[in-house]
Amino acid sequence: MGGVTTRLTIITGGLREPSSTRMLANRLEAAVRTELAGAGVMVESSFVELRPLGHAIIDAMFSGFPSAPLEKAFATVADADGVIAVTPAFNASFSGLFKSFFDVLPEETLSDMPILMGATGGTERHSLVLEHALRPMFSYLHALVSSRGVYAATDDFGAQANGAVLRERIAAAAADYARLVQGCGPHRKRDSFTEDATAMEQLLRGDGT
Amino acid sequence: MVTGMQFGIFTVGDVTPDPTTGGAPTEAERIRATVAIARKAEEVGLDVFATGEHHNPPFVPSSPTTLLGYIAGQTERIILSTSTTLITTNDPVKIAEDFSVLQHLSGGRTDLMLGRGNTGPVYPWFGQDIRKAIPLTVEHYGLLRRLWREEVVDWEGKLRSPLQGFTLAPRPLDGVPPFVWHGSIRTPEVAELAAYYGDGFFANHIFWPSSHTRTMVDMYRQRFAHYGHGAPETAIVGLGGQVFMRRNSQDAVREFRPYFDNAPVYGHGPSLEEFTSLTPLTVGSPQQVIDKTLGFREYAGDYQRQLFLLDHAGLPLKTVLEQLDLLGEEVVPVLRKEFAVGRSPQAPAAPTHQSLLRERDAASTGEPTES
Repeated sequence: MGGVTTRLTIITGGLREPSSTRMLANRLEAAVRTELAGAGVMVESSFVELRPLGHAIIDAMFSGFPSAPLEKAFATVADADGVIAVTPAFNASFSGLFKSFFDVLPEETLSDMPILMGATGGTERHSLVLEHALRPMFSYLHALVSSRGVYAATDDFGAQANGAVLRERIAAAAADYARLVQGCGPHRKRDSFTEDATAMEQLLRGDGT
Repeated sequence: MVTGMQFGIFTVGDVTPDPTTGGAPTEAERIRATVAIARKAEEVGLDVFATGEHHNPPFVPSSPTTLLGYIAGQTERIILSTSTTLITTNDPVKIAEDFSVLQHLSGGRTDLMLGRGNTGPVYPWFGQDIRKAIPLTVEHYGLLRRLWREEVVDWEGKLRSPLQGFTLAPRPLDGVPPFVWHGSIRTPEVAELAAYYGDGFFANHIFWPSSHTRTMVDMYRQRFAHYGHGAPETAIVGLGGQVFMRRNSQDAVREFRPYFDNAPVYGHGPSLEEFTSLTPLTVGSPQQVIDKTLGFREYAGDYQRQLFLLDHAGLPLKTVLEQLDLLGEEVVPVLRKEFAVGRSPQAPAAPTHQSLLRERDAASTGEPTES
């Protein structure tokens, strides 16, 4: 598979600087890159940080259209062959900002998109946020969610033993996800604008006079 | 008309409290203000007045042809139109009847803009289903066209009861149906529908960035040619716009800001400055409005109709009438002159009842038509 390039877009919803969410995102990206390199696939990665887009996301929700920086972020997601999405866990769910980004992302952008989920939190007690919040949302958006996500608690970044366990979880999730991305191949970008117009033509030709 | 372009205003008909005083007009006051605005539009030399159609508060224009019929009786020259008439939830037979009568009453000063309507509950209120919005649009409009064009209609569809031997009364004025525009904020299906029938396409334009309007208008022009109605430049395009003017642009910004910041549609979102840089909204001097409006043709091509939104977000009637004075006296005369400069000879004039009548007569006598 020499010469093949896969485009990954990493969406990260951390609020602070430095951000443990961004740290997890970096590690997931690196692990997936390593896995794919092993299979002879080059990776081109782009990061979409949500914090600088916060105001633009709410403006888009209110006005109905995205500002230029947000539109660029949408394009980065739409152009990807795979997406890694990482959020902090807030109140038993993803952060509101993370959800809001997907609320304004144009419909069908994530359709058939391989997704690797990640989340961070204060304690490991929140780890099912991946299964109870992220997975249903991405399934609803018709994404192909990788079987294993990675949840990292604060402790995972510290204690020696926990750190090794996190490394293993990341490696295992990255291996699954790399196979999924390879299996899916280049992502076919949905152009709902053209699709809608084409469907309309068919309808008109059927019923029109 | 120097350019063959039409300039006018379109109203949403919202009853919104004035954010600077907290006071809101009554429904009666708002309706009477709308009539005053339409009469003023004619007085200052505008070509078109169009009203929206809404079926829930805080809006008053639920019965557009009643409003337009009354305005027709108080005016002489201005074209009366809609923005938009809901083709999904209105019965096409009733649309055909209402606009036929309006055509006769107004002496042909009638056209209409069709839209789907995007307020969910309106559909069930009229016994329809929003999930069928597109099939309803296609079927209803297909029937509407036949009602205006065929003396006796036998029709059967999926979404309305069949018609056997139905004749529309009254027949359209001079046998010429009102010109139809199809209005869209963001849906490509509407551009496709307009192109399919060779009707006009109106891009609402005011809620979306110009890049989006360019895409929609380009698509409509290409598809218009694809369906065999003529070259892309001969398609009929209309654009919305939104302005607030004072002689001094700083005064305009200061006065309009509270209305913008609290506007029901986009208030509390992007700043006035962001919104003016991204969308056609101009808040400033008449010259700034002229400059920005002339820029529209850079992405829409030479077009036929320009409508401005002036009377919303709680602006008092007195202010709206002042806006109309500036628009009619200082802006539109310059736009007419400047839009004529460099206009493609291929670009058609905006259709009117008279131009459609001439075309029909020319076609029936085999004469070449040139509008």
